[in-house]
Amino acid sequence: MKDFLNDWGLTTMVFLPLVGAVVMMLIPKAEEELHKFIALLTTLVVGVVGVFLTANFDWDRSKDLQFVVDKGWIDVIHSRYTVGVDGIAMPLILLTLLVVPLIIIYSWNHFPEPHNPKAFLILMLVLDTGMIGSFVAQDLILFFVFFEVVLLPMYFMIGVWGGEQRQYASIKFFLYTLFGSAFMIVAFLALFFVTGAETFNMVDLARLVRENDVARNTQILIFGGMFMGFGIKVPMFPFHTWLPDAHTQAPTQGSVILAAVLLKLGTYGFVRIALPMLPEGAMWWAPIIGGLACIGIIYGALGCLAQTDMKRLIAFSSVAHMGYVMLGIATLTDFGINAAIFGMVAHGLITGMLFFIAGSVKERFHTLEIARLGGLLKQAPYMGWMLGFTSMASLGLPGLAGFWGEFPAILSAYNPAEGLNVGLFRFYMFIAALGTVLAAAYLLWLFQRTAFGTPKEEFAHEHVHDAHLTEWIAWLPMLVLIVVLGFLPVLIFGMTSDAVQVVAQALGR
Amino acid sequence: MLAAEAGAAASAGWFLENAWLFPAVPFVSFLLILFFGRKMPKQGAEIGITALAIVFAGALIAGAQWISHVNAAESAHGTEETHSTDETHGTEEEGHSTEPGTTEDGTHSEEGTSTEESHDEGALAVSGGGRSVVLGPSLALPMAEEGGEAHASVPPVISEWKSDWWTVGGIDFQVGTFVDGQAVMMLFVVGLISLLVHIYSTDYVHGDIRYTHFFAFLSLFTASMLLLVLANNLVMFITAWELVGVCSFALIGHWWEEQNNSNAALKAFLTNRVGDMGLLIGMITLFFTAGQGRTFNIYEINVAAASGTVSDTALTVAALCLLAAVMSKSGQFFLHTWLPDAMAGPTPVSALIHAATMVVAGVYMIARMYPVFFEGMSIAGGSINAVALIGAITTMVGGSLAFVQRDIKKVLAYSTVSQLGYMVMALGVGAWTAAMFHLMTHAFFKACLFLGSGSVSHACNHSFDMKTDMGGLRKYMPKTHATFLVGTLALAGFPLMSGFWSKDEILAGTGGFGLSEGANGRYSLMLVMGLITGGMTAAYMTRCYWLTFMGEWRGANSPNAHHGAHAAAHDDHDAHAPAGHDAHDAHDAHGGLPHESGPRITTPLLILAVLAFVAMFANIPGQFGFVPEGWRLRFEHYIEPKGEYFPAISHAEFSPVIAILSLIAAAVASGLAVAYYRKVEAQDPMGTELVDGPTSKAGLPKVAYNVLANKFYLDWLYTDVIVGFVKGPLARAANWFNQNVLDGIVNGTATVSKRIAGFTYTVLDQQVVDGVVRGSGIGASETGGLLRRMQNGRVQGYAALMFAAAAVLAGVFVLAI
Repeated sequence: MKDFLNDWGLTTMVFLPLVGAVVMMLIPKAEEELHKFIALLTTLVVGVVGVFLTANFDWDRSKDLQFVVDKGWIDVIHSRYTVGVDGIAMPLILLTLLVVPLIIIYSWNHFPEPHNPKAFLILMLVLDTGMIGSFVAQDLILFFVFFEVVLLPMYFMIGVWGGEQRQYASIKFFLYTLFGSAFMIVAFLALFFVTGAETFNMVDLARLVRENDVARNTQILIFGGMFMGFGIKVPMFPFHTWLPDAHTQAPTQGSVILAAVLLKLGTYGFVRIALPMLPEGAMWWAPIIGGLACIGIIYGALGCLAQTDMKRLIAFSSVAHMGYVMLGIATLTDFGINAAIFGMVAHGLITGMLFFIAGSVKERFHTLEIARLGGLLKQAPYMGWMLGFTSMASLGLPGLAGFWGEFPAILSAYNPAEGLNVGLFRFYMFIAALGTVLAAAYLLWLFQRTAFGTPKEEFAHEHVHDAHLTEWIAWLPMLVLIVVLGFLPVLIFGMTSDAVQVVAQALGR
Repeated sequence: MLAAEAGAAASAGWFLENAWLFPAVPFVSFLLILFFGRKMPKQGAEIGITALAIVFAGALIAGAQWISHVNAAESAHGTEETHSTDETHGTEEEGHSTEPGTTEDGTHSEEGTSTEESHDEGALAVSGGGRSVVLGPSLALPMAEEGGEAHASVPPVISEWKSDWWTVGGIDFQVGTFVDGQAVMMLFVVGLISLLVHIYSTDYVHGDIRYTHFFAFLSLFTASMLLLVLANNLVMFITAWELVGVCSFALIGHWWEEQNNSNAALKAFLTNRVGDMGLLIGMITLFFTAGQGRTFNIYEINVAAASGTVSDTALTVAALCLLAAVMSKSGQFFLHTWLPDAMAGPTPVSALIHAATMVVAGVYMIARMYPVFFEGMSIAGGSINAVALIGAITTMVGGSLAFVQRDIKKVLAYSTVSQLGYMVMALGVGAWTAAMFHLMTHAFFKACLFLGSGSVSHACNHSFDMKTDMGGLRKYMPKTHATFLVGTLALAGFPLMSGFWSKDEILAGTGGFGLSEGANGRYSLMLVMGLITGGMTAAYMTRCYWLTFMGEWRGANSPNAHHGAHAAAHDDHDAHAPAGHDAHDAHDAHGGLPHESGPRITTPLLILAVLAFVAMFANIPGQFGFVPEGWRLRFEHYIEPKGEYFPAISHAEFSPVIAILSLIAAAVASGLAVAYYRKVEAQDPMGTELVDGPTSKAGLPKVAYNVLANKFYLDWLYTDVIVGFVKGPLARAANWFNQNVLDGIVNGTATVSKRIAGFTYTVLDQQVVDGVVRGSGIGASETGGLLRRMQNGRVQGYAALMFAAAAVLAGVFVLAI
């Protein structure tokens, strides 16, 4: 068992969804139940593999890559199939493994128009491979491939199953991300040539940058390329405008997966690739990233306050929340980076949950226009309370998961890495703290307008079904985790702390 | 497993060491009510009451154990000189390293290694489970106070869970409890009032549609409040701090069908969030500057602050930030505006959360982190500091606004603001014990008054309007009347009531004009403001009492009366759901005359009234020679911390002059109020104000009245100006920028790329290149086919963007490298 996990564990986890997708392609479209069953089973088996990997993970050396597989792949360009997992990737992998089956369960009777579960679920499985692959890849080219693999299924998901403006939103999403990717791949190549490395292995490259004393200006430029690639994915202000459109137009499942996992590819890229490899570049960029993050926090919140559509509001809140994640990263400290990873997981659960609820509200009322909603607590009390609870989590209430992404990030800005401007970062700290007030404002205002009060006339006499069984199954794990992680943050910090320290030390801290 | 003291006092007391049970019990109760409450015969209320009974009993035992702990520390102090200090400590091998005592001096270096003694602690170790119990600094470490007088230092009982709560960058954080006299006092107050409010509520909210939900949140609130009281680090503290805020939010908005209620709930939460920014930044500042750096442990921060090892700037910044949090949570001027609105919640909630417990959390925090404030604000200096000033202003603002309210709960709410101002002012002038004493007495009499107002409202069309629905109730509600009168006297500062003594201690603590001996400075301005407020308090409470209980009942002619109790419930903020509201069907039958409330309402009132009186004996001034010494200053003796985690404050003595002055102020003010209402009565038995009174004419009184009626225009400033601007123009501007500028750039880029691509194809390719190709006579059908497929805008744009990006970056690299 142990040997199997060591040699094949990660590979199984990455490619099993693809196998499931291939199997489903061979089955006729009409066999809908079978498709659902296969898709769910596949993701559950992937989840079980993940559980086994977690159980066999050596937590005492969580800073080291484990279950490493390093095989030849594209020898011509020195790219190898290198996968491995450490304490930084682990929480994000587990998040992915959890969220995807829940989305499939949620979809069970809720496939958006034009229905077609077969195609929808195949895309979901391909997406799964891409996401897990990105988190385990330890070779830049491999990472890039997985990073791009994610794009296509998402493009189709928005473009086919999306809302009224799906064409515009999907193309915007696709092109914008690809635009960033172009910068990113050039940065990767530049890194390869500058270091004179014969490899794209991330660890080796980071070492070579250090050993070869790559000039500061070069680092800054290469970091800039990565910044464009990852920053658009995060998305950071001012590159965020694809997000509200994509979120609003995507089907519920797409929004959830976008919020829960896809955005994290960007922040993960910063932590995994940009920071450790280009410490001096990171130093130069940190104040800029921190500044953009803070603008994002306030700007996202203001954007939320102006929205009239519930889903678009939640989408804008992502801009603000990812601002905290990026602020944490920008401090280049262990507190900040740990907070960032916690923030990624917490945001995945919380905002994913908010999108779930928004989707279910839309299904029941056929609108997400806030002005037309109201009295959700009266018509569907469970859903109403879940919305309230998740809003509280989203505004960073201590005792729930959201707090542990925000608080240490704000804390770290008090005392950023040596060499950064302390006064500037303390100013950022203040702005970020101000953001918590605005977050409470837009979330509670949303809650007040949608859940409090009495239903509006047009829906007053409509029978509204409270949460369905599939919704309960899909939501409960997320709600429970929001509480559990809030009470026992050590569950995530325990995974990431040591590994982050390595990153922070590489940054000279 | 356990690090506990060995030697004389083997254990500080089980309840003190296992204090985590205090919040745990109501938390379990919350879960039980949430999941099973509806199925219980009493719909969950019995679970909550049982839990609170357990908590209260535990608090009593904890109190007794704390008293014996203090006594033991003192007797140990007596024999200390002959014993070596290391005997007082024992630590097992796995003992925790956060032993506060180790920071004191070298004599405790054996700690952590002396394992022998701890074997005697077997039983304790088992009971401790997976936690490590760490006792504070060595028992009986002599501590020099002013005049070289040596006092026993009483170690707080600090317990920490052994396993990590969170861990970052090699620093581990644990959860733990920090029990000392202050915490034990709060356990008692919270436990008692919460228990009484639970009992009261079974009648008061009987038949409410969200009855179970109400009790669930009461339990959660109590758990959070107890957690706040016991937290031993600031992260736990802020957690509890915000959790009580959430419970407050949920309970203010209990009847969320009405927008007024949910508005009030939002206002409360958001105003508190503004203050929480301060708490967040303040605690972060302390984290990095106090102690050996990087600790949230309250004890360690306090020791560091008291020992003067932390820079003054850092402490001042931290204290100011924390003060912002106090201002929001404890309703201090200018963040107090949410508190009166919070009265939209059910009355028991107002009594428990918005009078007796949650709103004193800010006061409690200053007291808990006193070295930070004492040093950071240089309280010992005697110059005006922010804490004292904010407190003094608040006390006057609250007092003046209470005059113009016609809603009895709003009178009490502004009175709460004012009294909280007293407490903060007391802490600002160094009168720590006076503040805590007033916190306790205020909790009793104000809870009594609030619950009394609920009882009154039940009898008066479910309204809280004193002018339309009350009057003459002393005839109809003798028990409510008597208890309300006791509460009024206590609040107004009648000398045989607890409120007089605690307020007098505060006034003496100011040391104004040198009228009292031993104060921390001469805060004359605070004394003046305190005395004026004392007069105002007496006057507005006389007004409130008169309008409610004297004269004739006006409720029969009230607009609320004809709707019947149930319909009125919807107009008024203390709304009850019509469903199953049988308890009050009874009184509609007998002609709508008010009647006394049931025993579940009057019994808590009686208990609180008795306490409002008895509490005065808790801290009899030290100069009262006619009282045996063992009866004097008991509160100070057992509650005020003694040890290195507390600053060396000076204690003001009882001042007859100040006592008489405050007495005169109260007597004159209430005399004037009585005279006024006698005149009103002479004019019209049903009247509530003079027809040709001062406010009816133009001029200064009218202006003053308008300013007060508009609450100093603060609500207008916050809601209309600030919030309105952010929510309206600012948010819209941001959104416009997003849609037009940022998205415009993106869409523009796409359009331009598409145009360039189109140009490339039609002009360059089709005419130039293809022309060349055609001209050279070679067929280009395959290439053309491919290109035509690419003309599809999507792929074209993609290609163009990718190409452009790559070209730009490649160019940059070529130039730079």
